[in-house]
Amino acid sequence: MRDLLIRGGRVVDPASGLDAVRDVLLRDGKVAAAEPPGKIPAAEAEVFEAAGLVVAPGLVDIHVHLREPGQGYKETIATGTAAAAAGGFTSVCAMPNTTPVNDSPEIVRWMQAPERGAAVRVFPIAAATRGSGGEVLTDYRALRDAGAVAVTDDGKPILGDAIMLEALKAAAKAGLPVIQHAEDTRRTGGCSMNGGTLAFRLGLRGMPVEAESGLVERDLLLLKKVKGGHLHVAHLSTAKALEAVRAARKAGLRATCEVTPHHFALTEERIGLYDTNAKMNPPLRAQSDQAAMVEGILDGTVDAIATDHAPHAAHEKEQEFDRAPNGITGLETALGLALDVLYRQHGMKLSDVLALLTSRPAHTLELKGRGTLAPGSAGDVVVFDPEARWVFRAAESRSKSKNTPFDGWELQGSVRLTVSEGRIVYRR
Amino acid sequence: MADQERSEEMAKTRNSSRETQESFTPSFFQQPIHPGSAISAADFSVAEVRRILESADVLEKEDPLRRMKRLAKRRVALLFYESSTRTRTSFELAAKALGADTTLVSSLSSSIEKGESLKDTGITLKALGAECVILRSPYSGAPYLLARATGLPVLNAGDGMAEHPSQALLDLRTILQFLEMRAGKLSEKTLRGVTVTICGDILHSRVARSNALLLPRLGAKVVFCGPVELLPESAVGLGPGTVIERDFETALRESQIVMMLRIQAERLAGLQLDLDEYRRRYQANGERIAAHAPRAAILHPGPIIRGMEITSEVADGPQSAIAAQVHNGVPVRMALVARALKGGGR
Repeated sequence: MRDLLIRGGRVVDPASGLDAVRDVLLRDGKVAAAEPPGKIPAAEAEVFEAAGLVVAPGLVDIHVHLREPGQGYKETIATGTAAAAAGGFTSVCAMPNTTPVNDSPEIVRWMQAPERGAAVRVFPIAAATRGSGGEVLTDYRALRDAGAVAVTDDGKPILGDAIMLEALKAAAKAGLPVIQHAEDTRRTGGCSMNGGTLAFRLGLRGMPVEAESGLVERDLLLLKKVKGGHLHVAHLSTAKALEAVRAARKAGLRATCEVTPHHFALTEERIGLYDTNAKMNPPLRAQSDQAAMVEGILDGTVDAIATDHAPHAAHEKEQEFDRAPNGITGLETALGLALDVLYRQHGMKLSDVLALLTSRPAHTLELKGRGTLAPGSAGDVVVFDPEARWVFRAAESRSKSKNTPFDGWELQGSVRLTVSEGRIVYRR
Repeated sequence: MADQERSEEMAKTRNSSRETQESFTPSFFQQPIHPGSAISAADFSVAEVRRILESADVLEKEDPLRRMKRLAKRRVALLFYESSTRTRTSFELAAKALGADTTLVSSLSSSIEKGESLKDTGITLKALGAECVILRSPYSGAPYLLARATGLPVLNAGDGMAEHPSQALLDLRTILQFLEMRAGKLSEKTLRGVTVTICGDILHSRVARSNALLLPRLGAKVVFCGPVELLPESAVGLGPGTVIERDFETALRESQIVMMLRIQAERLAGLQLDLDEYRRRYQANGERIAAHAPRAAILHPGPIIRGMEITSEVADGPQSAIAAQVHNGVPVRMALVARALKGGGR
């Protein structure tokens, strides 16, 4: 592999606090050096001129659905990671709600095999219980040894107190976090959106915010009993649940959380006249919850921005609202939304925004050597123009599915180059 | 060089024109809704409501043979995913009275049973020549899906818990008749000072929603009444002009119009309700109506569960406007079908 020299860009590496013009050299799939301009000889290297652009660690998404094995008509590991590359992501953590459920070391290895044709690095997250049935724990050590970075029954929350406690204990022993999709499904039967006045107006059944916060509060009580336990709350969407995480952290618990771009950028009003591209779980919430997500990001309570990239075929989404599946794609719009909402509208520092997309998610799931440009770490880099405004077109998406509520949206910051382990995987 | 420049220029033009074309391709959810559709009671302006009710008056009085020529041999499909007596029959009679050919597709006798989607069913009906589809669906918002998929005017004959706009229009016609007001004078002030109480299972009622979206815009005050299980506080979010009153008798005392609703057992979804307690607090019975609303008109969209939300002496009594409601179904739906297919009626 030829060396790659990314020259003259503004290097923002939140992990080390670096924010300065540097040349970055990638060699043998790793970061070899980041030096002041002109210090690294170009020699045999391929050169990318990055003057005026931001050079950052490749983005890390700790919550995606790549749909393989079993649902290749929605997405494959190849198409999903191509979309990731176009969005600047070089590490994606794939959820286990595949067909069959990823609850075995064999599937964990199958997902990482070169035959899958992944453009960027895939880190499988394995099922916390067999078949995500919520009854019998999977073998966490074996899953970890095969490459799993966390366990979860995403989409099927672990409701039983005893099994959740058991999961937290076993995961602590294996050194893995337990990720919970926090939804008390006993309170959300038949619901397809957020509870409240809009749900009433649309004649749809609404999920109360307490269905999320109640389960987060329960999980935190259980976490207290587990020495060395780590609970990660997936796609947190309510002010109440955020408050619970904030309090638990103050009390010294290892509780982390992620927020999706759609939950900080949109409210339930986006549903409009039953647009199923605004249907996901957790649902888009009221304006007060959206504002709380932004606040939680600004004050540091939120550890990561994660997309919950959830591709579905057009024929599945072009159904009655109650019948359409939950989820939207997100890999190609995440950076643009984060820069537009957090950096441009809320004045958040660029390095703080990037930390939520690089060093902090990598730290949350302990992805060693990812989300940083420190010499010796993986040669994962994104180069983007932070001030460019551009219009996202779903039809041009690399994902196999086009179910996005952001079709036609003007976004901030366009990706110019994505490098995964030293290889250029996206360029424009 | 000049040639090369020119061909590059042309290539650029081609590219940009392709891009422009692509950027204007609307996605499924951006497809326009045919303006002849009637999906939500909120879609009609006051002037449009007036035109529809005037049209109903004209069509009702018109010579039947002349009326048959208005939509002679036009094709109207009735697509019913839920059972219905009044709405289906009156829509069908209305379309036929205008001369249209109608065809009924219901979920039990069609390919819907085999798993055909609403979108594909709509495309099929359009290919068979349907020019307007009247849809009843158990799913809220289904008419928008059908309208986007077909581009045809879609008349909403009830969608899930969301809306039943033709019912709200015929209720309005009934209310105006009771108050001895003419449709031609209809304005934002017509129903000023009029209180309409809607009592019962508001949560699951598309009739309640459509009426609450329509009547306040004509000046009426709508009072929702019922227990919290069937009437959540979020109901007032429907818009200005709607309030909640938990005490039925208090609501009755200020009402000129009382609309009773059935408890929709099929949509209760596990909800437990003490029916004896419900009857005690919310039933429209002779004694209660005589004591608290002796001059009000009593409406009910049907089906009636006698002995539950309303007793026979009230449903069949002198204050009952239930038969008038059913009667008004045909002229109002004639006006809606004529509007959808530009069949006149003014």
